[in-house]
Amino acid sequence: MSTAQTPLHKVQGMGSSHSGTGHFWHERVTAVALIPLSLWFSYVMLGLVGTSEVTALQVLAHPWNALLMGAFVCFTLWHTYLGLQVVVDDYIDTAGAKIFLLLLIRFSVIATGATCLFAIVRIAAL
Amino acid sequence: MADNPQRPLATSRPLSPHMTIYRWPVTMMTSITHRLTGVGLSVGAVILAWWLVCISNGPEGWQSFHAVADTPVGLVVLFGLTWSLVYHFLNGIRHLAWDLGYGFDKQVAERNSMIIFALSIIGALAVFAAAWTGHGGYLQ
Repeated sequence: MSTAQTPLHKVQGMGSSHSGTGHFWHERVTAVALIPLSLWFSYVMLGLVGTSEVTALQVLAHPWNALLMGAFVCFTLWHTYLGLQVVVDDYIDTAGAKIFLLLLIRFSVIATGATCLFAIVRIAAL
Repeated sequence: MADNPQRPLATSRPLSPHMTIYRWPVTMMTSITHRLTGVGLSVGAVILAWWLVCISNGPEGWQSFHAVADTPVGLVVLFGLTWSLVYHFLNGIRHLAWDLGYGFDKQVAERNSMIIFALSIIGALAVFAAAWTGHGGYLQ
């Protein structure tokens, strides 16, 4: 055997990057989904300016709005994770710091998403 | 000269672009701004989570959010997030157009950069103008 690569690694043709175009593609898919969702989000946010918590509760408790806010949060945080990962990949050179930061970002994104979804469900159930 | 091997042979030869004296093309500005607004919007996502939790906590929660958001610093942050969202939205659409192969021509890319900078500022100002002139709050 003249190479350290396993036959599987060789046939996948991914080299030292360890992955293919998955990251690029997910970033694009979430970006496309966020075009209509961001427009809807902006419409709702401007529509709630200067109103009361009663209005905000009623609007966000509506099933369609609760679903759309849930979708907006999920796609936004998924896109956020992919974007911040690129920033870390570009600027952090040491493996230890890179793994630490990527894990920190991943946990933060999941915690933020879980908090948002819990609040959305709680609002809808109020 | 022979005693200093580091000394350049000729001072008139072209040098690589040193970042500190390099004139930034506008396309470079739009690229780094896209990244900066993206990082800024990551913080915005955490603020969105805080806002949703506050709303789910009823009237006291709503007031606790506005006690911070209605301050000058809070409004500056909200304006920054509004502009970041408009900018990242517009430049993101340009990125998708690039992925399809459109807009790579040098003059077109520079023109579109200026258009996106201008439109993002106009858009953010329009949102705040609409809010301040009572055109927001239509969901009441």
